[in-house]
Amino acid sequence: MKEPMEKIDFRANVQQASPAVIAATRNSTRTALRIRGDVVHAFGEERWQRLRQAGHDLRLHSLTHLDRYLPLLEERVTAAGGRVHWAADAAEANGIVREIAARHNVRSIVKSKSMVSEEIGLNHSLEAAGLRVYETDLGEFIVQLAGQKPSHITAPALHMTKEEIARLFREKLKVDARPVPEELTELARQRLRPEFLSAGMGISGGNFLIAETGTLLIVTNEGNGRLSTTLPPVHVAIVGIEKVIPDWESAAVLLKLLARSTSGSKITAYNTCITGTREAGPQEFHLVLLDNGRSRILADPIARETLLCIRCGACMNICPVYNNVGGHAYGGVYQGPIGAMLTPQLMGTRLAGGLPFASTLCGACAEFCPVMIPIPEILLHLRHRFVEGDACEGPSVPGLLKAAAWAGRRVLGSPSLYRLGGRMARTLQAPFRRGDWLPSLPAPLNRWTAARPFPAFRGDFRSWWGKRTAAGSAVEPGTGRGARP
Amino acid sequence: MEPVQLFVTCMAENLLADVLEKMVGLLERLGVQCEFPADQTCCGQPFYNSGFQREGREMALRWMEVFAATAGPIVAPSGSCVEFVKHRYPLLFPEGSPERALAVRTAARVRELSQFLVGDLKRSDVGASFPHRVACHSPCHLTRGLGVRTEQQTLLKAVQGLELIDLNESDTCCGFGGIFSVVYPEVSQAMVEAKVRNIAASGAEVVVVSEPGCLVNIRGGLAKMNSTVKAMHLVEILAAQGGGR
Ligand code: SF4
Repeated sequence: MKEPMEKIDFRANVQQASPAVIAATRNSTRTALRIRGDVVHAFGEERWQRLRQAGHDLRLHSLTHLDRYLPLLEERVTAAGGRVHWAADAAEANGIVREIAARHNVRSIVKSKSMVSEEIGLNHSLEAAGLRVYETDLGEFIVQLAGQKPSHITAPALHMTKEEIARLFREKLKVDARPVPEELTELARQRLRPEFLSAGMGISGGNFLIAETGTLLIVTNEGNGRLSTTLPPVHVAIVGIEKVIPDWESAAVLLKLLARSTSGSKITAYNTCITGTREAGPQEFHLVLLDNGRSRILADPIARETLLCIRCGACMNICPVYNNVGGHAYGGVYQGPIGAMLTPQLMGTRLAGGLPFASTLCGACAEFCPVMIPIPEILLHLRHRFVEGDACEGPSVPGLLKAAAWAGRRVLGSPSLYRLGGRMARTLQAPFRRGDWLPSLPAPLNRWTAARPFPAFRGDFRSWWGKRTAAGSAVEPGTGRGARP
Repeated sequence: MEPVQLFVTCMAENLLADVLEKMVGLLERLGVQCEFPADQTCCGQPFYNSGFQREGREMALRWMEVFAATAGPIVAPSGSCVEFVKHRYPLLFPEGSPERALAVRTAARVRELSQFLVGDLKRSDVGASFPHRVACHSPCHLTRGLGVRTEQQTLLKAVQGLELIDLNESDTCCGFGGIFSVVYPEVSQAMVEAKVRNIAASGAEVVVVSEPGCLVNIRGGLAKMNSTVKAMHLVEILAAQGGGR
C-alpha cells in the first residue's frame, strides 16, 4: 500500500468481483455471525451492551492519554530488556526492520498475522532487500501463496473455497492436496515447520500493548503467533501507537469483546503475552511503534474514534455492502466499514474518497462494533471532508457536482421553485413513462434505472389537499382523484 | 387532541402521493385533525448525507422556520426523515445558539407515523381489515436509527384478517441508501435483489415497506424481477377497511 499510491475505484473493483468470491464470502460471514450471535446471546444482551460501553470508554481513555501511556510503555518494555523504536511512517518502519535484519544477518523471516505490516508494505520491502518472508497464519499463508491480498482483516482467505485452496496447494506446493480443511492445515503446517526452525527473525503485530507492565499481547487461533515470536533468535513486533491500553483490567474487558466478536468464542485459543526478553525466548525483542498518520487522525475529534478499532472484523461480517462485493473491492489493506473509514484517512480522500460513499449508512456495523465506534457518523464526516474539505484536507469533489448541489439547494430551498420542479417532473417524464414506471432514464439517473425502474411521478398531494380543504374534506383519500396527473 | 402537522417528505410528496392521502384519511378516522404547512420543502438530508453539510444546514434552518410557525406533533410516513430532524438537526448548530434551541424544540415534536399511533395515540387496533399474508421489512433508519422496532408489528397484528409472516433477514438493508444507489448502482442492485429473493421466499402476498426510499427501491426490484408480491406502505394497510389489496 505504500508504493506510488493509486486512486481506489470502488465501482470498478466491484465489477471485478466474481460471483464465486461473493458466495464464498457470504458463506463464511454467515457462519461467523451465527456463532457470534450464540456466544453474545449466552453472555446476555444487557451485559454485552455494558461490556461494549466499558470497552469504548477505556479505548477512548487510552487514545486521549497516549502522552501518558506510550512513555510508560516504553519505560517498562526497556526495563524488561526490550528495545522500543518510533516510526513516523511506513518508510521509517520498514527501514528499522531491515536494519535489524541486516545486523543479525537474517536470511529468512517467519511472520504471524499483522495488518500493520500489510499497511506499510513490509513484505515487499523485505523481499526487495533479498529476504525470504513466510506468512505463518494459515489464511495469510494461502493468500501469499496465491499472490493475492487479504479480503478480510481476521480471515484473509475468506473469499476462497476449500476446493480452490486444495488446487492452489497442488499447484504451488506440489503436494497431493484434497479439499479437506484438516488435511490442508496439516500440509501448511508441514511446509512451515522447517521455516520456523531456521528463520533468523520472527515478526508479529500486536493486539494490545499493556502500558503498566510493558507487555505485548497477541491473540491467535492457530498458535503460529507463539511459534513466530518464540523460536527465532530475534523478535520484532510492529504495532500502531493506538494499541496501547493502561492495564490488565482493560485487557480483560477487551479480550472478552474481541474473542466474541471475531471468532464467536469466549476466549481466543492462544493469548501470547510478551514482556521484553525472556530466558527461553529470543535474545532480542524489538517493538516498533508506528504512527503512519495516526496522530493526524487523532487530532480530529470526530474521526479519531476510528482508532478505537480492535480489528475484530465484525463490522464487515454484518455489512450488506461488504457481503455483496467481497473484500478486494475496498482496494486497501482494511475492508468493509473499517476500511471505508480508515483507508481514506491513511491515504487521503483524494485517493480514497469514494470509500465513505460505499455504505448505505444502514448502521448495522455500529450495532455490532464491540467498542461502539459510530461508524456511519465517521463516514458522513469523511464524505463532508471529500466534498467541502475540513481542517484535515481540502475538498476533492468535482466542480460539476458542486454546481449541481448549489442548484439543488436553490430549488429545494424555495417553495415556489420546489413546486414548479414537481410539476415539471410530472410533465417531462411523459416520453419515458410506461404505465406506472419510468423503466429507463437519461444520465445520471440511468444509474438508478439500470438496476430497477423508477416509479412515475404520480399524483399531486398539494392540489388534492387544496381541493379537499376548499370542499371541506369532501375528497376521499386515496381515491385516485388527486392521484393522477 | 391538538392537530398534527403533516411532514410529507419530498420523496413521498413526489412519488407516493396516495400514501400521503391515505395517511390523512387514517389520522382523521382516528379523530386526529391534520394541518399541512404548505411552505415545507426538503429537510436537507440528501445534501447532508452526500457530504454537502453547508447546504444541508441551510435547508434544515428553512425547514425549521416553516414548522416553527405551527404547534403540535409533526408526523411523517418516514423514519429516515424523522430521524434526520430528531437526531441531526440539533447537532447542526453551535451549542447555545438560538438555532440550536429551535432545533431541540423541533426535534422533540417529530414522530414517524407508527411511532405516533402507538406511542402518542396509544392505539394498536386502528380498525383496519386486510385479509392477506403480509411480511414486514424493517427499514434501517426506522429501527436502528429511531429505535422504532416493534410498533409496525403491533399495528399489523391488530389488523383484522391479516396473517403476519416472517421475513428472512428482514433487518438487512435493501440497498437504497440515498446517494449510494446512484454512486454504486451495481451494489445497490445486488442488495435489492437479495431483498426481493427473501421476500419471494417468505410466501407473502404483500410486503410492508414503511419508508418512502426503501418502498420505491423494493417496488422497483420486485417489478424488475417480475414478482407478484406487492410492496405497500404500512399506511396503505392501516387505511384499508374493505380488505382489498
Ligand atoms: S470498527 Fe469495530 S467492528 Fe469493525 S473491526 Fe474495528 S472494532 Fe471490529
